[in-house]
Amino acid sequence: MDTTVQVSRRRFLHVSAIVGGGLVFGFRIGSPESLAAADLLGGTTTADFVPNAFIRMMPDGIVTIMAQNPEIGQGVKTMLPMIIADELDVDWKDVRVEQAPLDTTKYTGQFAGGSNATPSHWMPMRRAGAAARSMLVAAAAQQWNVPVSQCTTASGVVHHRASNRRLPYRDLLDRAATIPAPDPATVPLKDPGEFRIIGTRVPNVDNPAIVTGKPLFGIDLTMPGMLHAVFEKCPVFGGKVASANLDEVRAQPGVRHAFVVEGGTALNGLLGGVAIVADTWWAARTARQRLRVTWDEGPTVQQSSAGFASQAEALSRQAPQRTLRGDGDVAAALGGAANVVEAAYHYPFLAHAPLEPQNCTAHYRDGKLEIWAPSQTPQSGRQLVARTLEMDESDITINLMRMGGGFGRRLYNDYMVEVAWIAKQIGVPVKLVWTREDDMQHDFYRPAGWHYLRGGVDAAGRIVGWQNHFVSFGEGDRFASSAAISPSEFPARFLANFSLGASVMSFGVPTGALRAPGSNGIAFVTQSFIDELAHSAGKDPVQFRLDLLGGAQEGAAFNADRMRGVLELVAERSGWGRQRHPRGTGMGVAFHFSHRGYFAEVAQVTVSPDGALKIDKVWVAGDVGRQIINPLNAEHNVQGGVLDGIAEALSQEITIERGRTVQSNFHDFRLMRMTEAMPVEVHFRITDFDPTGLGEPALPPAIPAVTNAIFAATGKRIRTLPISKTDLSWS
Amino acid sequence: MAVTLRVNGRSVTVDVPADMPLLWVLRDVLDLKGTKFGCGVAQCGACTVHVNGAATRSCVLPATAAQGADVVTIEGLSGDGSHPLQRAWQELDVAQCGYCQAGQLMSAAALLARTPRPSDADIDAAMNGNLCRCATYLRIRQGIHRAAAIAADGAGAGAGARNGRSGDSNL
Repeated sequence: MDTTVQVSRRRFLHVSAIVGGGLVFGFRIGSPESLAAADLLGGTTTADFVPNAFIRMMPDGIVTIMAQNPEIGQGVKTMLPMIIADELDVDWKDVRVEQAPLDTTKYTGQFAGGSNATPSHWMPMRRAGAAARSMLVAAAAQQWNVPVSQCTTASGVVHHRASNRRLPYRDLLDRAATIPAPDPATVPLKDPGEFRIIGTRVPNVDNPAIVTGKPLFGIDLTMPGMLHAVFEKCPVFGGKVASANLDEVRAQPGVRHAFVVEGGTALNGLLGGVAIVADTWWAARTARQRLRVTWDEGPTVQQSSAGFASQAEALSRQAPQRTLRGDGDVAAALGGAANVVEAAYHYPFLAHAPLEPQNCTAHYRDGKLEIWAPSQTPQSGRQLVARTLEMDESDITINLMRMGGGFGRRLYNDYMVEVAWIAKQIGVPVKLVWTREDDMQHDFYRPAGWHYLRGGVDAAGRIVGWQNHFVSFGEGDRFASSAAISPSEFPARFLANFSLGASVMSFGVPTGALRAPGSNGIAFVTQSFIDELAHSAGKDPVQFRLDLLGGAQEGAAFNADRMRGVLELVAERSGWGRQRHPRGTGMGVAFHFSHRGYFAEVAQVTVSPDGALKIDKVWVAGDVGRQIINPLNAEHNVQGGVLDGIAEALSQEITIERGRTVQSNFHDFRLMRMTEAMPVEVHFRITDFDPTGLGEPALPPAIPAVTNAIFAATGKRIRTLPISKTDLSWS
Repeated sequence: MAVTLRVNGRSVTVDVPADMPLLWVLRDVLDLKGTKFGCGVAQCGACTVHVNGAATRSCVLPATAAQGADVVTIEGLSGDGSHPLQRAWQELDVAQCGYCQAGQLMSAAALLARTPRPSDADIDAAMNGNLCRCATYLRIRQGIHRAAAIAADGAGAGAGARNGRSGDSNL
C-alpha cells in the first residue's frame, strides 16, 4: 500500500510540472487536491498513467477522459473528450468518458451557457491531450534511444519509422509517468489535417444508458435512507408564509417532516415556503394536497401582463427614459425619406419548461454538505448555498448530474438552495422534486419586450434612418436580468442615422436567460422590421439585406462578410427567388448574429385560406468558424434550435395575473409536437476563424424567417408573438 | 394496499396507497428509474410504459388499476439494448438530452408491435402524445423507420430502410 501511495504521489509531482502554475490543468504541487484527483479518477494504481486532470490511461489500453462541463443535451460530454482524444491520438473506441464533479482547483469554466464551451475549451482540451501524447512519445523515444522528432503516433501507438518499431501507449505508461511534462502553451498540436476524431460524426456517449433506461439524470438519483421532498412557494413571487396547517400535514401517511422556510427577498435566492419531507415522493405530494397556507403575498400581487402592456403603451408615447445610442440625425433622415414605416412589436414572457422537472439531492452531515445537482452553473450554485446556509464553500461538494434539458433554466439554482436548506434541517439524504406546475409557475422567465420602431427608405430603396424605443423591465438605468438590449445591436453601425432609446418598468417577476437570451426576441423585431422596410421599398428581402450589410461601418458588432456569406448560401440552397409561389405559400428570410455565430435562415410556409399555418421547411446556413467539431451533434443543435424558436413563436406565452403565473402545465404552455416538426436543412460555411458554439445562435433567425414567410404568403405582418394571436385567414 | 403486477416478466407484489400512480411505484418502490416523470397529467408521454401491450401513461394510472397486469418498462424492452428501436436510436443518435426518449421508445415499440412497417402518418398518430423539448422529432421518425427495417432484416425480409421525412444536411 505504501508503495502505491508513493508512486501516486510521484506521478502527481510529475503532473505538477505540466502545469507550471497555469490554469489549464490547475494542479498544485503535492496538494490535497491533486491527490483527490486520484480518487476522482477512481484511484490510481501503480500501473495507471494520469498525466492531468482529464486523462487516466490504464494498462488494458482503456483511456478514461473526464468531461468537465455540465451536460444538458448540448452534447458537451461527448465533444470535449473528443478534442482531448484526438490530440492524444487514441482511437475513440478505447475511450471511456466520465463526468467530472465541480472542482475549481482542477477545471475552469464548468458551466453550460452562452454557447461558450467551444470557444473557451477548444484550445485547452487540445493542449491537455497533446501534453499527454508528448509524454508518451518521449517515453518511447527514451526506451528506443532515438530522437523524439523521429517518432510519430496513431491510434494509441508510437511508431519509429526508421527502425520500424512500434510501442502501444499501454506499454509506456510507467515510463511516461517519469517524463518531465511539457509546457501546455508550447506543446505541439496536430495540424487540423491530421484530425481523426474531430470533424467526425460521433454519437452521444450516453446513448447506451439512455436507450436502456439506466439511472442517469438528477431525478434518477437514489441512495440508502434517502427521503423525498416537495416545496410549496407563494404563487406571488417572493411572498412569505404567514401561517400553515403543519400539524395536519405532519399527520399524513409517510410524512417525516413539514416546516416553514422563512426565505429571503431576492427572487434568485431562497424564497419562503413550506417543505414537506416523506418516505416517497408520492406521499410528500399527497400530503401537499392537504397543505393550507396563508400567504403574505407582498406588493407584487398587483402586477399583471395586461398592466405591463398598458404601461408600455403609455411609455411609448413619451421620449425614452434613456438614449442608448444616437448616430447621425434620424429625425431629419425620416423627414426626407420617400417612405416611412412605423410599427410596434411585442414578444411575451416565456417559460423554459425543460422536460425533467427541477430537482436536486443533498446530504448534510457533520457540517458538510454533498449535493447532486442538475445545474448549468454549479459554481454559482455552491456560492448561493454557502451564502444562504452560512457555510464555507470548501465544505460543500457538488456532483454534476446529466440534465433533462437546460435551455437556461438551470443557470439559476433556486432548487439547489431549497434542497440544501431542507437537507441541513433533517440531516439525512433528501431529494427534492418539483411538480411540472412548480416549474411552470416558478421559472426565471424570458422577459417580455416592446419595441416602437420608425424607419425610412429613400427613393432608391435604401434605409436612411432607423429609430427604436425599446420598453423593457428594470430599475433606473439597470435592465432586469436578460431584459437588456446592447447599444451595438444590429443595425447599429450599419446605418448613418440610427437611434436606440429605452424605458423600463419596475416589476417583481423573476426573469432570466432563455436559449439565445435577448436575441430570441430582438431578432424577431429587427428582422421583421427590415422586411417591412424591404417591402415598402419594393426590394427583394435578400438583396435588401445584402445591401444593408454592405453599409457596415467601423465598430459594427460583427463581421459583415461572414453574414453576407451565410445569407448568400442560404438563398442559394433554398432556391430563393427561383420560383413563384401561389397565394398562401411564401418564403421568408432572416439572419442574426449571436454567441459569436452567424446564421441566416429561410422558411417556407403554407397558410390555408381559413388560416391554418403549416411550416413546410427551413433552410439554415451557419458560420461558426473553421472547425465543426462533431458534425452529427452540430446538426442536432441547429435543428433543435430552429424548432425550439419556432415552437416559441407558434403558441408559447406566459401571462401574469394578480402577481402570479397563469399557465401551469403543457396543456396551456404548448411545446412543439411531432406533427408540427418540419424538415430543417443545415449547411455550414467554413471560414478561417476560431471555432465557436452552436447551442444557441441558430434559434433567433428562425422566428422572423417564419413570420416573414407568413407575410409573403398572406400579406399579414406578425408584430406580436405568439403567432397564434393573429388570425391568418385570407381570401 | 397490496398490488400484484408482472413487471418486465417478473411477478411483484407491492403495498402502496390506492391512488399511487404506477409511475411512482416503478420509480420509487421498484427502483426502475428509466420511466420518467414529466408532467403528471398525461400531457408529455415521458412516463409511457406498456400495460398488457398498450402504450400507457403511467403517471395517471393508479397502480391498483393495473392489478394483475403485464407491465413492460424501458428496462424490459430488451436486457441489452438490442431491440431494433434501441439499435436504431443509437445508430441515428436520436437523443439530445435523452430525458423523453424512454417514453418515445415505448410508444414506438407499441406502434411497431401492431404495425411493423408504419407510414409517416402512422408514426405521427402514435407519437404525437410524446413531447420532446429538444425537438428530436425528425430523428425519432427516422429512427422508427430504421427500426422497422432492422426488424424486417432480422426476420429475413431483407428490406432496406425507407426514408422518413427528415432533415437533410451537407455534413
